[in-house]
Amino acid sequence: MANSQEHTVKAFDQDIGQLRGLISQMGGLAESAIAEAMTALQRGDAEQAARVAEGDRKIDALEAEVERTAVRIIALRAPMADDLREVVAALKIAGVVERIADYAKNIARRVPQIESEHRIDPISTLPAMAKMASEMVHEVLNAFAARDPDKALAVCESDRALDDFYDSIFRTLVTYMVENPKTISQCAHLLFVAKNLERIGDHATNVAEMVYFAATGTRLTERDKLHHGGTI
Amino acid sequence: MSGTLVPEAPVRAAVPVERRPTDWRTASMQRRVRQRYAAERRFRLLGLAAVVASAAFLLFLLASMLARGAGGFVETRVALPLDLARAGLNVTPAQLRGPRADLALAGAGLEAAVDTAAEAAFARGGGAALLSDAAWLRVREAVKRDPSLLGRRVTIDVPVASRLDIAFKGGGTRADRAVARSLAPRLSRGLNRDFFRGADSTDPTRAGIWGALKGSLLTMVVTLLLAFPIGVLSALYLEEYAPRNRWTDLIEVSINNLAAVPSIIFGLLGLAVFLGTFHMPRSAALVGGLTLALMTTPVIVIAARNAIGAVPPSIRDAARALGASPVQVVFHHVLPLALPGILTGTIIGMARALGETAPLLMIGMRAFIAAPPERLTDPATVLPVQIFLWSDDVQAGFVEKTSAAIIVLLVFLLAMNGLAIYLRNRFETRW
Amino acid sequence: MSNAPPKMTASGVDVFYGAKQAIRDVSIDVRQEDVTAFIGPSGCGKSTFLRTLNRMNDTIPGARVTGDVRLDGEDVYAKAMDVVQLRARVGMVFQKPNPFPKSIFENVAYGPRIHGLARSKADLAQIVERSLTRAGLWNEVKDRLGDSGTALSGGQQQRLCIARAIAVDPEVILMDEPCSALDPVATARIEELIHDLRGRYAIVIVTHNMQQAARVSQRTAFFHLGQLVEYGDTSDIFTNPREERTKDYITGRYG
Repeated sequence: MANSQEHTVKAFDQDIGQLRGLISQMGGLAESAIAEAMTALQRGDAEQAARVAEGDRKIDALEAEVERTAVRIIALRAPMADDLREVVAALKIAGVVERIADYAKNIARRVPQIESEHRIDPISTLPAMAKMASEMVHEVLNAFAARDPDKALAVCESDRALDDFYDSIFRTLVTYMVENPKTISQCAHLLFVAKNLERIGDHATNVAEMVYFAATGTRLTERDKLHHGGTI
Repeated sequence: MSGTLVPEAPVRAAVPVERRPTDWRTASMQRRVRQRYAAERRFRLLGLAAVVASAAFLLFLLASMLARGAGGFVETRVALPLDLARAGLNVTPAQLRGPRADLALAGAGLEAAVDTAAEAAFARGGGAALLSDAAWLRVREAVKRDPSLLGRRVTIDVPVASRLDIAFKGGGTRADRAVARSLAPRLSRGLNRDFFRGADSTDPTRAGIWGALKGSLLTMVVTLLLAFPIGVLSALYLEEYAPRNRWTDLIEVSINNLAAVPSIIFGLLGLAVFLGTFHMPRSAALVGGLTLALMTTPVIVIAARNAIGAVPPSIRDAARALGASPVQVVFHHVLPLALPGILTGTIIGMARALGETAPLLMIGMRAFIAAPPERLTDPATVLPVQIFLWSDDVQAGFVEKTSAAIIVLLVFLLAMNGLAIYLRNRFETRW
Repeated sequence: MSNAPPKMTASGVDVFYGAKQAIRDVSIDVRQEDVTAFIGPSGCGKSTFLRTLNRMNDTIPGARVTGDVRLDGEDVYAKAMDVVQLRARVGMVFQKPNPFPKSIFENVAYGPRIHGLARSKADLAQIVERSLTRAGLWNEVKDRLGDSGTALSGGQQQRLCIARAIAVDPEVILMDEPCSALDPVATARIEELIHDLRGRYAIVIVTHNMQQAARVSQRTAFFHLGQLVEYGDTSDIFTNPREERTKDYITGRYG
């Protein structure tokens, strides 16, 4: 339910625009961090992995910037109603996206620890899961920019699929470990990677809840999520 | 991305407009400044000149009035030697203490005795003709105060006749002045108390202002008692209660026009209504007061309406919001605040009424009134009419009396204004 | 929220100034324990509606009020209702402080005097002291009660006007933009005073300052073009208003 009418004081619109821009930027950086981490994982590229870890700092700085901007808007503009909810949501979302990026960084950190000689099969399934998680992040931040509660709800739905994906990878990896005890250490790392991706999905769901509240002013109840078939 | 982590916050920069700053120091600018200063100075000087001119006219009027009228307050007296014992007055000291002393003395022939004494004293100068007709009255007063005078010789200062009075003050014919000079050692000057105590007279030395003054006072009282309440209550009703429609507009226009009507019209009205229809006594202070009240009420209504309208509506709102009834709002708040303005309007109205001659002439207050009025229905005259009558008189002695009467009128006016200003200030500071 | 009936109710109120309609079909409840705020843009009718509650519109020629306005269930516009007593029960404080040009004591004593509320001079003095204390002004003026009321500062004058309104022991106090003419310090004092008065008097405050409405009131009504657009709990109105017009107004989207 986007309100297309502008504020009478144009600088207010600019401030809100700046806040949204920062969030978009963070989101974009987080998505590419996830993608690059997965690429580094598949190729065993330690240097790329190191770059991802480095890039995490930019995202941290952006989060600080979002916090500063939000505090300034609250102090100077006295936002009300949906403006206020959007600013508070932006503040919280920045924190969550920063954690998503941290997970991407954690994935990248594991790359050097996984031996590159034996490329095991399960590695090839992870990118698909990562793409799904990354899409969830992308969709939910779009929902934030558009103040669209329905899109946010859809993201909550897709978390179910991601959880299912995680379950299947878990079973695959456990089976693989049982059959190939030599790969246990690699598989253990991959388990953690998969867990990180699943957590990214959960965080995206959190963001979706915040977006829903910002847009409608009501909390997303468990009943809404169940109605759409999500798991708790 | 460039070195910055975040894009620059889009600032709404001021768009630079091509504008040459004004040069305030060019020759043309400086000329403007000089012209402006000169214009300001000229205007101030013009204002000052206007004030000075008005003050000069006023001073000229006052000076000429004082110069001409000062003499009217002064009487010339001559020392008259009297031998009352030998005059043969058959009156006892006991009679002198009673209420019929005046009658007794008159009957005893005091006037004739005085004349005889004058003939004896001023045989060369003109005899009894040198004395004023009121001279024997002065002797009478002296005798009443001190009955022992009846038994001895005494010299009493008595007022002189008008011709000698004028001559002694420097006017009159050369012959008269010669007589005055010859009598100079026996002549003296003193305050003319009769001027303040007496009424009109054919003899300038006996003419007094008190009759007209009392007439004016009575007329003013009647005018005030009628015009003030009617005027103020009308203004209150029109401002506070009356609806705003065509009728009230008509009333407002009518009142404004009435205030500008020439005063003589009111005289005609008084003549027709009060004298003609109601058959009220002619020349009475009551009728004069009624006529002047008609004239003064519109002035008071207008001034009172302005004063009442100037009371800020916030005061009324505050009082109403507390639960004050309309009457309480008016008497507790509006009237006290409007009172200074109302009093100012009343002063103006009453001052105008004090000086009005034409309407009072129309209702007959132009007669010769020999005694001050006792009641409101007694015939009376007023100061301006008295001045008019005296100025018309051929006798030379009335010239200074006229100016003296004008001075009295001005003092009266000043006193009225002073009283009203004092009242206004008192009410202003109280709130 | 208590279950007591509302102190004042209005239903279907229309107000006309001559032919022009200023208030359209407004219905609202004012509760005893709440501070109710009326907000809205200029000319939306909030002050006009406030004045219908104590019949101050009667003083404006050409003003006509239809509809039902009740104080404790009694019809305020009935013939049997004495306007003078109504205005003692429903007091009013105005935008520009308007103390009478009298002494401070006389200002506060005027109301009790004309309504005969004091039994003796001592009683009157006590009423004055109590009112000034409740208005938070006593300590500042107790030594100079004879000074003119207009010699005080703006904030003090407004508190004097509030004391004056309190002195007649009203049940409802109407405030028409009481802080518009005051600086922030005086404004904060008045807001604190409103907080103290809450509960003892039902307070209705008209303000064009939304933040003030948010600070002082428990219930807020948004007026627009003579209509009551939305009325609800203050926190709801300012965090999640239901009506689009309300949201546009409070977020600063005036179009």
